[in-house]
Amino acid sequence: MGEAIVITSGKGGVGKTTTSANIGTALALQGKRVCLIDTDIGLRNLDVVMGLENRIIYDLVDVIQGRCKIHQALVKDKRFDDKLYLLPAAQTTDKNAVEPEQMKKLVDELKQDYDYIIIDCPAGIEQGYKNAVAGADKAIVVTTPEVSAVRDADRIIGLIEKEEHVESPKLVINRIRSHMMKNGDMLDVDEITTHLSIDLIGIVADDDEVIRASNHGEPIVMNPNSKASIAYRNIARRILGESVPLQQLDTQDKGMFSKIKRFFGVR
Amino acid sequence: MNKTQNVTIKGTKDGLTLHLDDTCSFDELKKELDRKLSNSSRVQEEDKLLTVKVTVGNRYLDAKQQEELKDLIRRKRNLIVEDIETNVLTREEVQQLKSENEVVSMARVIRSGQVIEVEGDLLLIGDVNPGGTVKAGGNIFIMGTLKGIAHAGCNGNAEAVIAASVMKPSQLRISEFISRSPDQNEDDGRIMECAYVSGDSQIIVDRLQVLMNKRPNLARFEGGR
Ligand SMILES: Nc1ncnc2c1ncn2[C@@H]1O[C@H](COP(=O)(O)OP(=O)(O)O)[C@@H](O)[C@H]1O
Ligand SMILES: [Mg+2]
Repeated sequence: MGEAIVITSGKGGVGKTTTSANIGTALALQGKRVCLIDTDIGLRNLDVVMGLENRIIYDLVDVIQGRCKIHQALVKDKRFDDKLYLLPAAQTTDKNAVEPEQMKKLVDELKQDYDYIIIDCPAGIEQGYKNAVAGADKAIVVTTPEVSAVRDADRIIGLIEKEEHVESPKLVINRIRSHMMKNGDMLDVDEITTHLSIDLIGIVADDDEVIRASNHGEPIVMNPNSKASIAYRNIARRILGESVPLQQLDTQDKGMFSKIKRFFGVR
Repeated sequence: MNKTQNVTIKGTKDGLTLHLDDTCSFDELKKELDRKLSNSSRVQEEDKLLTVKVTVGNRYLDAKQQEELKDLIRRKRNLIVEDIETNVLTREEVQQLKSENEVVSMARVIRSGQVIEVEGDLLLIGDVNPGGTVKAGGNIFIMGTLKGIAHAGCNGNAEAVIAASVMKPSQLRISEFISRSPDQNEDDGRIMECAYVSGDSQIIVDRLQVLMNKRPNLARFEGGR
């Protein structure tokens, strides 16, 4: 019996899809069976980031409305044997075509076959969000070090905390620019984490390689050398229960680092 | 038949008091009241309106019955009922009183979009984030950082106060008074502060220690050594 993790943020464009693709891929690289679900109906792009767009035959809505079986709609990522699959979102249908109850049933079914179901959530707090959260056991909230993104993350965390079936969410801070943090032009990691008062599960630098990789349909984790790649791999390892210290950013002083270690119970 | 009196009138230096017996029936009481007020010469002498207090002992009067009594007294005489005093409270009234005087404590973060409202005092252990709101009929005490909106005395109590470990609110409201923080608020918030409404209807933010002078009735505890 696997577990389902929803990747959400409230605000759009902060890196939910990128995080979903990379965490999913990193878990598959660790030998786990992973199914990615794109719930951003009408604005799908997890398939593009994964480089699987051309192989889509059926989609999420087809499955929910009974036009095909689940396994017919799952797109297999051939780079990872039998480890990584994608259930793409519908591009054309109305986003209200799916109900939370139906999503939950679908995710529960997938949990029988996969170790991890990674659910990429659309922006906002409406129907699409509700669908994405309905089947989740855990949640990862993605934010960037910007006030508006943090504000929306706070809102989303409040909503997730009301969902009894979801564990207390974990935080990813994405697109960190160390020079801006150092100058105080961006909120720093400690500020954000204290403000949102949830556990930090990873920080990811702003890295041009991420964009380049996405454009090639190859998640950055497949390139072992970039900074962002290591960050995503670390997040995957933490999901698997390892306690991996955070990547040292140039901005962080000693006190900061030990504070972060405390979040993971590392002393 | 009527050996004991169901209605007695007493004059004190504070005014008149009507004592209404609580053992007879309500109808009986009304009849006797009617009669007494018509006869009583003592009250008749004066023309100007008098206020009167009514005590009904252990009798419960619903709103309609209270109105009836007031009506009756008003019609008969130059009397105005100031207050009807009863020893009896309904379960609902007790609940209401209780929640108005309760301190509700909670340990959590009030996040953007969330609104917490209590009828009495609120003791929050945790932050109020920007976009979050806490409201209380009474006082608000925050052991944490207030970054959102706090509204104390929200049912019209201007005596209510707001206290926080770190004061960095986007807005403070006490009763109908509002104070907004400056648009360019660069500071990190000030620690151990309180807000109250001053004599000239301004919300003042000051050190926590001033409360014992400004709001001495915050103390419910008497004694100690
Ligand atoms: N760590 C990063 N460094 C650089 N660019 C990033 C990073 N994370 C995401 N991006 C880019 O930001 C844009 C939005 O990311 P995306 O994952 O689509 O956000 P969302 O799904 O939250 O709308 C994309 O162009 C993506 O390549
Ligand atoms: Mg997306």
